[in-house]
Amino acid sequence: MLAIGDIVPDQERAFVEFDGVQKSYDGETLVVKNLNLEIARGEFLTMLGPSGSGKTTCLMMLAGFEVATHGQISLGGRPINNIPPHKRGIGMVFQNYALFPHMTIAENLAFPLQVRRMSRAEVDEKVQRALDMVQMGGSEFAGRRPAQLSGGQQQRVALARALVFEPELVLMDEPLGALDKQLREHMQFEIKHLHERLGVTVVYVTHDQSEALTMSDRIAVFNDGVIQQLATPEDLYERPENAFVAQFIGENNKLDGMVTAFADREARVHLDGAEEIGALAVNCRGVGFRTMLSIRPERVLIAEPSAPNQLEGRVVELIYLGDHIRCRMEVAGRDDFIVKIPNSAKHSVLKVGETIPIGWLTSDCRALDAA
Amino acid sequence: MANGEGVSGPILAADGRPLKQSLARALRMQKMRALALIAPLLIFILVTFAAPIADMLFRSIENSIVPATLPLTVKALEDWDDASGKPPGEEAFAALHKDLLVAVDAKAHTKLGSRLNYEQTGIASLLRKTGRHVKRMKEDGNLAAQFAKVHKGWADPETWGTVKRFSGSHTSGYFLNAVDARLGSGGIEARPDNERIYIFLFERTLFLSIVITVSCLLIGYPVAFLLATLPMRTSNVLMILVLLPFWTSLLVRTSAWKVLLQQQGVINDTLVFVGLVADDARLAMINNQTGTIIAMTHILLPFMILPLYSVMRTIPPSYMRAAKSLGATDWTAFWRVYFPQSVPGIGAGSILVFILSIGYYITPELVGGTSGTFISNRIAYHISSSLNWGLAAALGVILLIVVLVLYWLYDRIVGIDNVKLG
Repeated sequence: MLAIGDIVPDQERAFVEFDGVQKSYDGETLVVKNLNLEIARGEFLTMLGPSGSGKTTCLMMLAGFEVATHGQISLGGRPINNIPPHKRGIGMVFQNYALFPHMTIAENLAFPLQVRRMSRAEVDEKVQRALDMVQMGGSEFAGRRPAQLSGGQQQRVALARALVFEPELVLMDEPLGALDKQLREHMQFEIKHLHERLGVTVVYVTHDQSEALTMSDRIAVFNDGVIQQLATPEDLYERPENAFVAQFIGENNKLDGMVTAFADREARVHLDGAEEIGALAVNCRGVGFRTMLSIRPERVLIAEPSAPNQLEGRVVELIYLGDHIRCRMEVAGRDDFIVKIPNSAKHSVLKVGETIPIGWLTSDCRALDAA
Repeated sequence: MANGEGVSGPILAADGRPLKQSLARALRMQKMRALALIAPLLIFILVTFAAPIADMLFRSIENSIVPATLPLTVKALEDWDDASGKPPGEEAFAALHKDLLVAVDAKAHTKLGSRLNYEQTGIASLLRKTGRHVKRMKEDGNLAAQFAKVHKGWADPETWGTVKRFSGSHTSGYFLNAVDARLGSGGIEARPDNERIYIFLFERTLFLSIVITVSCLLIGYPVAFLLATLPMRTSNVLMILVLLPFWTSLLVRTSAWKVLLQQQGVINDTLVFVGLVADDARLAMINNQTGTIIAMTHILLPFMILPLYSVMRTIPPSYMRAAKSLGATDWTAFWRVYFPQSVPGIGAGSILVFILSIGYYITPELVGGTSGTFISNRIAYHISSSLNWGLAAALGVILLIVVLVLYWLYDRIVGIDNVKLG
């Protein structure tokens, strides 16, 4: 289920390392089950998952606000389980920014420098540099209180505050959750560029998959306290390893069936709708086991006789979305099969109720564990 | 331009009236309805609360009894110089005789006596005695000697001076008395040392109130912090412990402190038993200032804890976390991030406890002895025992003014906007 070691990009020893970490709050259930994760220096790693999947708990253990029930967390090769949060030197951006309301923007930024007993001149200079970095360098901002700033500006200040003392590791806990869609997308790019420019290691927690895909070097998909898959955004979308990831990342069509034959990474699957097709065997256990086939909506071919896997589909609903047409079909007894038809000059014209042949390449259809 | 016809001037409503008038008319109905709804309560408060207070405050300057009882004498004394060192002439005695004949019939001279006795001791008995003899006096042009024969006080210019100085229908006498001063023949003067009491009592009241407020804050802050940071279920249980004294009778709690603190009480017995205190040197912890401070701190503690708690509850734990992640130690994070945000609660709690304690009466009365009583105990004494309501009213007014001034100062320094009660 979890593949580490083969896709750690940096060759040096991992910068952040979770080794067999478990966490339980009540002594009865595990919120995080046996987490093993290595994060390279300079990497942008996102922990993605639905709420309650254990991703925030992992972040809090790394920051030092929660204690691991079992296992070891290391930072730069040094175990940090017993180091209090303020000595870890980890920058953190909180969900609601946590800017101190009784301090001005400049005072907020100066705070981490003052507690490090830096000289006044040094503090002023670093504060100005950090504000410039997030395009908040205007003199009108420094003297304001957080409440006098817009959400996006507060977000920038929170970012600057987490970076101003030049930590090597920055944690971000759903930092864009409170912003509207447009601003969120804009800030995604800014954070990404900031990361590229400063070269800090970022561990980012979100439940928004498009955010994760946009920003990350690698994504760890969490569910039920376990990393379901740890991979680059591309791999995660193109090559999901299990049914949860396939369903969670992007849009997915699923077809249930039984494996009837199994040879050389290819499986023959007998669909519940009484047809047999070929699929790429990824995570199906063998002949006689049930499997879930996953096909991305944009990989479905319409009325193309050359496709190796051919099925009949009846058009149930057509939704015009401008750049593409979303077509809901009834295929193999399921009526939630989605096909995305690009709005190009020669796209097929479909009518509701029509039955048409559909197909796909065997490599685009992945046989996964039965969810 | 706004009415769309290019005509400047007041905007008109659809019926041609100015829009402002129409709006006021529309809102007037609403206001009247709202007023009608609260009218019963408003009238109740005016009749049972505002009016008695106003009446009581007015008593601190009211002095109509002198000019009403001795109208002719007051007139006759107008030309007399009370600094001359001689009693007034025969015409004043004649006027006094006429006035007293009327007053004795109405039995008003004894009331006048007790009023003037506040200013000069002895006048009450002087008037009572004169009242018994006044009908037997003869208007033979030598009334001065007859009066002096009844009571030698009438030959003393000081007696006449007092009558003259307090002959107006309004007086500053009560207020002067309340600040340990009096109106002598030479103007306002301080009372002799052995008659001074009120300034000292005011100072003690303020001092004890400050001590009580500070000790409430010192004890209440950690408790409120604990309540606000513990999980909801635990803190609710602890909250009941805070509120339990609230639901217990004030008298019961105060009496309980008597049992605990007295010389043969639980605490002293325990200390003697343990050996920390010798049996013949038991601590005096009640019927003095210590008793007042301990008992009142306990009684007023919930008023400090509750506003603090309600403010602390609203401080998200992420601020402390953020401070720690930025490198602050637990103490720095608390002092620089948490504490400033709890200041509105401190303000609210302190002002509540201070204002409550400055006017507190029952507890100091029961456990304060002589050295731990407040100005309010003196006010109660004048209301119920000495019946000098004017002085009690003057003390009350001064107390009210002190509180208002402190409130104003507080607003200037801390800002009343920074106070949050919940």
